[in-house]
Amino acid sequence: MNPGFKSTLRFSARLLSRDWRAGELTVLVAALLIAVAAMTGVAFLTDRVGQAVEMRAAESLAADLRLASTRPISDDYVALGERAGLNTARIASMPSVVFAGEANTLAAIRAVSDGYPLRGQLKTSPRLLGEVTVSNGIPAPGEAWASPRLMARLGADTGSELEVGSARLKVSRILDFRPDEGWSFVDLAPTLLINQADLKNTELVQPGSRVAYRMLFAGDRGDVDSFKATIDEQLAEGERLSDIKDTNPQIRSSMERAGRFLNLASLVSVLLAAVAVAMAARRYSHRHRDRIALMKCMGASQSMVFQSSFIQLLMLAIEGGLIGVLLGYLAQLGLAWLMRDMIGQSLPSPGMAPGVLGLITALSILAGFALPDLAQMGRTPPLRVLRQDLDPPPLRYGISWLAGVAAVLALLLWIMRDARLVLTIFAGVTMTFLALGATGWLLVKSLRGFRGAAGVAWRYGLANIARRGRESVVQVVAFGLGLMVLLLLSTVRTELMDTWRQSLPDNAPNQFLINIQPHETGPMAAFFRERNLAAPRFVPLVRARMTTINGADVTQMTFEDPQGERWARRDSNLSWSASLQADNRIVEGQIWDENAQVDEVSVEQDFGRELGLSLGDEVGFDIAGEAVSATVSSFRTVEWDSFSPNFFMVFSPGVLEPYPATYITSLYVDESRRDVILDMMRQFPSVTAIDLDAVLGQVRDVMDKAALAVQAVFIFTLLAGLTVLWAAVAATRDERRYESAMLRTFGASKKRVLSGVATEFVAIGLLAGILAAGGATLAGYLLAENLFDLDYGFSPVLWLAGPLLGVVFVGLSGMAATWRVITNAPVSVLRTA
Amino acid sequence: MKRPDPNNSKHANDDPALKARNLSKHVSSPEGLLTILDQVSLEVSKGESIAIVGVSGAGKSTLLGLLAGLDVPSEGKVWLGDQELTALDEDGRAALRANSVGFVFQSFHLISSLTALENVMLPLELSGATNAHDAALQAIRTVGLEPRKGHYPHQLSGGEKQRVAIARAFVVGPSVLFADEPTGNLDNRTGENIVDLLFKMNAESGTTLVLVTHDLGLAARCDRILFMDTGRIDRESRGGEDRSPEQMNPAGGESTP
Repeated sequence: MNPGFKSTLRFSARLLSRDWRAGELTVLVAALLIAVAAMTGVAFLTDRVGQAVEMRAAESLAADLRLASTRPISDDYVALGERAGLNTARIASMPSVVFAGEANTLAAIRAVSDGYPLRGQLKTSPRLLGEVTVSNGIPAPGEAWASPRLMARLGADTGSELEVGSARLKVSRILDFRPDEGWSFVDLAPTLLINQADLKNTELVQPGSRVAYRMLFAGDRGDVDSFKATIDEQLAEGERLSDIKDTNPQIRSSMERAGRFLNLASLVSVLLAAVAVAMAARRYSHRHRDRIALMKCMGASQSMVFQSSFIQLLMLAIEGGLIGVLLGYLAQLGLAWLMRDMIGQSLPSPGMAPGVLGLITALSILAGFALPDLAQMGRTPPLRVLRQDLDPPPLRYGISWLAGVAAVLALLLWIMRDARLVLTIFAGVTMTFLALGATGWLLVKSLRGFRGAAGVAWRYGLANIARRGRESVVQVVAFGLGLMVLLLLSTVRTELMDTWRQSLPDNAPNQFLINIQPHETGPMAAFFRERNLAAPRFVPLVRARMTTINGADVTQMTFEDPQGERWARRDSNLSWSASLQADNRIVEGQIWDENAQVDEVSVEQDFGRELGLSLGDEVGFDIAGEAVSATVSSFRTVEWDSFSPNFFMVFSPGVLEPYPATYITSLYVDESRRDVILDMMRQFPSVTAIDLDAVLGQVRDVMDKAALAVQAVFIFTLLAGLTVLWAAVAATRDERRYESAMLRTFGASKKRVLSGVATEFVAIGLLAGILAAGGATLAGYLLAENLFDLDYGFSPVLWLAGPLLGVVFVGLSGMAATWRVITNAPVSVLRTA
Repeated sequence: MKRPDPNNSKHANDDPALKARNLSKHVSSPEGLLTILDQVSLEVSKGESIAIVGVSGAGKSTLLGLLAGLDVPSEGKVWLGDQELTALDEDGRAALRANSVGFVFQSFHLISSLTALENVMLPLELSGATNAHDAALQAIRTVGLEPRKGHYPHQLSGGEKQRVAIARAFVVGPSVLFADEPTGNLDNRTGENIVDLLFKMNAESGTTLVLVTHDLGLAARCDRILFMDTGRIDRESRGGEDRSPEQMNPAGGESTP
């Protein structure tokens, strides 16, 4: 009689733990853990970074929802918000000159109500350069918190009294940070935070004064969403509602893209580990046919055997999944540490979703890559106990392939949630693996020519590679891929960077100066000439918001390119010029001539494409409340890495001149003459200087960190490659043991047998290294050619490092994996054979 | 050539523990249909021990496989107790084996990833028994291997492996024990010890024993010996420990009455 499900469960659990103890599952479990850890490590990280981006977005609003208006906002909204269970706060901000004794400067006054900020925190210090702490609350009435820049400009510190309009306020703290600081380089007046109660006394709010009113709301996600839906309909003219989805769309989408890329990187490890799982499962099923026959002989039914296998697999998936998730969590801590500078301050703790993903990864790998073989094993006839030649009916390759492909697709679909994207990626991954596999196969085949080249150990090693051709190709591809990515991210990346730097002209501008007032251009030109520096070219800049294209309201338009939509929704920087700049080239249309009567605009090619513009289109802007429009008369390409000031939209002369403009310029200042810039800043205090070298250094640093993180993810690929090697060695263990015993019985020394094995793995490592160097060279060439417009040629470092790394890494690992097997005393092997 | 008479046994009057009628097994081969078992009938009484002897290829193992329900005959029927094995499907036959059949094999068939004790526990666990551990420990003790119960098969000698296999066969209290060349992989002396143990335990538990061997000395210890040749039972003789192999020599030995 067959036992009930419960005792089958118990029996399966016992069998599993015994198999584990006997080392029958080590390779399979190791591969499973690597796959799950790779997947969840990245998922945990992207989850945390995603949350952080979301939170930071909320902080940059200082709220979950913000209502903005140019007129005072009705108290009705406060009541509505409170009824919806939301917290509210108000901000009124305006530019004004503040005085400290004789000194004065322009400041951005922000009058806030209690509760501000609803999201994020204010950081203040008791005096300039004092200890910065988090502040709860806002300045008391009669007091003000000033930014360090404001204090520096006024030569004041805490304790000083400021005249703000008609009010006198005492600076009680230095405002070092407010969450809604923003990123705009232009119009960046230093902040003075005051209490809303003092606003009236300042008498700054007069008819015609430029006051921006904001009302902030925050609360539970659901409450906020439903509140937003309600008031969206009731907004008055000039009132604008924004939530965190509207802020930082670029950061969000680039984070999403980076997350997807890392997901794909971890998927490569998952695929390789799955190959190891399949190899281990095949060996397991081969080794356990006798057990199945015996169990059936002892009365186990077919269904009980299936059940038992299935239960064991499920248990393995759950246990392996959970441990893998734990490892993934630890790996993620490491990744987060590597990327700490990019991410900024501490990350929120991750959600549950990556854990679920880990379990799903474990399940789909086992179902797709181990189940077919185990199910097959269950069909072993009981008569095998008497006749060893009786095997289960052979597994159809079609079935095992189908199962694997289905598992991978299911996993991809779970990650990407986008069927079309999944199919594209799947096709891409398949093509890549096919190409790598074909190359690997050719490399393995090419070894045949070398067989006669050296002694018996050499021949024996190479013969092993050829005999286990398919496994050899898998190993070459696995290691080749891992090494290739490491090379690509280390050697190729730095080489591309160096090539790019060499391609820049000497004396390319390294300083950007912005916020130059029109009246300062003359004195500044003189300032540089006096110091024997060429006077830079000053380019005007006018801030505007795009309102119409061919008369249609851009806020109501849909754009094919999401980037276009973003351009249309935010402020643009416009410029004008009488002629084409040297680093610009017209690709379509014509530049205006001096006597042109029409208002024209020349548009950068990519920008125009993203906005869907064509020649002759009429583009309308709002500049300081006035409507301005011009006709698109040409498209240009811009050499951005000339580091000269350049604009997406340049107008013909006469259109923008009536409006307030600032000027920007760039120039080259030698390292030895940096003091000139300091002098300039002293003489023109409202001008902001941006040191490009420092910015580039920062970018480079961020890229280094990012590359390091991606490399860390690909460490999993190498580990997965190791499990493939391990599985391959395990699959051939009995064979190897017998052969090495035979060789030694026939008089081969231990050393000779070992050198045969060494030949085998060194050759595989060499092939993997060649594949890696070739792949990295190709990828580097394609990147240089298509993305960066650079010449990238043969790199001797790559072709040295790739094969060397392969030989050392694979050679040592292979020797370590086979050492025990082949150093057994021959007699013990032959006796048991 | 005489047909064996199924009734010719000292246990003839009891209900048979095992009965086969006109068993044939054909397999297809490149030369056409090949008959490896040809119209074999036999009956084994409860508690009786029979030996099936013959040269390699005579069809001994095929017969054993059919009698144990591990394989299905091309023609004929098999009864285990009062259950017709050949009327059951594979799971039905398996369920029947679980309760009433034990096996001892030439190549031991121990599971390499399980310890000696766990190997003995296996059939109990398969049938869902609750006292698997204690019963298996008792069985291991009976075969004298308690000190080695935690050892893995590769740490045991051939004789010890077969002892574990014997403990495993008897632990479920089978009504029929099938033994396929149980000494085939052992040296003479160890083989003798194993045979002694097998017969001792068989006698103590009153199990019906079906033994396949080409060792006439071993066969002689059974109650009855069936001689097989080219798929048929062509002779039968009485066994008993007093018989020497010479006396059973097909050329000069006694034949059935």
